[in-house]
Amino acid sequence: MVSEHPLVEARDLSKVYPPRGSTAEFHAVDGIDFEVQRGESFGLLGPNGAGKSTTMRMIAATSPISGGSLRVLGMDPMRQGPEIRARLGVVTQDDYLDNELTVRENLHIYGRYFSLPRAVIRDRATRLLDFAQLQEKAGDQVETLSGGMRRRLTIARSLINEPDILLLDEPTTGLDPQARHILWDRLFQLKQQGVTLILTTHYMDEAEQLCDRLIVVDHGRIVAQGSPRELITRYATREVLELRFRLDDRDTATEKLRTSALATGGSDTDGRVELLADRVLVYTADGEAALAAVHAMSLTPLTALVRRATLEDVFLTLTGRSLIE
Amino acid sequence: MLHAFGYWVTRYRRTWRGSIVINVLNPLLFLIGIGAGLGALVDDNAPAQIAGVSYAAFFAPGMLAAAAMQNAFLEGSAGVARAAGFGAYRSATPTPLNPEQLAAGHLLFITFRVLIASAAFIVVMAAFGLIGGWWALGALLGATLTGVAFAAPAAAWAVGVRKLRHIDTVFRFVIMPLYMFSGTFFAVSQLPEWIRPVSYLLPLWHGVELCRTLSLGTATITGSSVHIAYLLTLAVGGFLVARVTYRRRLHP
Repeated sequence: MVSEHPLVEARDLSKVYPPRGSTAEFHAVDGIDFEVQRGESFGLLGPNGAGKSTTMRMIAATSPISGGSLRVLGMDPMRQGPEIRARLGVVTQDDYLDNELTVRENLHIYGRYFSLPRAVIRDRATRLLDFAQLQEKAGDQVETLSGGMRRRLTIARSLINEPDILLLDEPTTGLDPQARHILWDRLFQLKQQGVTLILTTHYMDEAEQLCDRLIVVDHGRIVAQGSPRELITRYATREVLELRFRLDDRDTATEKLRTSALATGGSDTDGRVELLADRVLVYTADGEAALAAVHAMSLTPLTALVRRATLEDVFLTLTGRSLIE
Repeated sequence: MLHAFGYWVTRYRRTWRGSIVINVLNPLLFLIGIGAGLGALVDDNAPAQIAGVSYAAFFAPGMLAAAAMQNAFLEGSAGVARAAGFGAYRSATPTPLNPEQLAAGHLLFITFRVLIASAAFIVVMAAFGLIGGWWALGALLGATLTGVAFAAPAAAWAVGVRKLRHIDTVFRFVIMPLYMFSGTFFAVSQLPEWIRPVSYLLPLWHGVELCRTLSLGTATITGSSVHIAYLLTLAVGGFLVARVTYRRRLHP
């Protein structure tokens, strides 16, 4: 019965922080609509300050909504906060682990917050430490763990109540590439098991790896939504040609490109040229042909790279800005 | 609330031995130093000024109340601000526990800590023959109540404090002067007359008087009731405000 309804349903959802001291009133979330279905892996993509974390806190029933409506697991977060939180797993941006306690004690304390019996916590902790590949660290103080291990422990901790939805706020920010891949692998495994994931990220590769569907948010509003593939098809061209020029002829080169057929698309209707601080992007169906056209203009870029379009390009198209600034 | 309390107990289990040693050593050194050293000087020169008992017997319950205040204030301010900024409250916020329960659980633990420290203090007093019998139990409850009367308002304020140095400032300019004007080291009757009414408004004065009269066996029902009512009002009022400020900080 419950599975017929979306697990999360937001209508015209907004969050306004009242003015505080010298800071003016702030519309962190400004009227957004979305739904998350059971078993889905749903992403919020956007730059810092776009309203992703605020949205996550409202879903987590730890921040009251200012306007619109929000249902989580069929309940009202304003009135049934504890009931909702009992069925969520939350991985916040900062892990807030207790450094003075051991790995296992951290899991134990957290389980007690959910009023789980000690024996149940013991069993689950053993399984979760296995899942997080932290069995050997069980008795160690958390202080001694690496960044990647802390993150895995945070995820293990969030699963102690066997949640219906797992909320992850920037799960891999600050981790080295290897630690990120281990974490993605763990999250992918959860996804395979049918756990509903809601995650925020400003990494497009992460969104492409993990999300079935995502909304792109900017300044508290949704600017686009769909699967990663759909978004790329809709808002970017098939290929992107990245060019870097020598500093002294960058201005003349970019000017030439901007007024060339590449910028207006020519035969390629979606084609255009984007100027970034350090490079020029040429959106095109055929990168090699575009590069040939650049050479034909007698421009000599320092480097030229043809690649597939990514969500980064989608974001750039939609907002005219990079995700990571 | 009990689960939140349980967290603090789990942490305390790692450090309780050291903290009990401090709880006993501190009053021991104070009573030896002030009681035997300064006390000998006072007793020889101005015995009549302080209710006709030895300086040590006068000073010890005052220090008991003041120590309860200081421990409770520090745990209720710096301890709370840390927990709210990057500690236990943050990790417990996404769980079913409400901010109100986190406030209650932490205050319960602070009460427990003040109770243990005060009990250690009273044991040392008894060893010096400064207190005995059922009066000791009364003084224990009086000191604990004094602590809670400071911890609850401190927590209500500190949960919203983002800079720990603000707590330092309050400690230096509010808590420390209270020692001087609340009859801890000398009787308020020795202060200039015009300043005495101020003392009678200070919460620590009520704590000191409550503990001192109970420990010297001079407590009256009326006097003690007034002190208890005053301190209870602070404790309950502080907790009610804390319920609001905790929610404001933890569920923004």
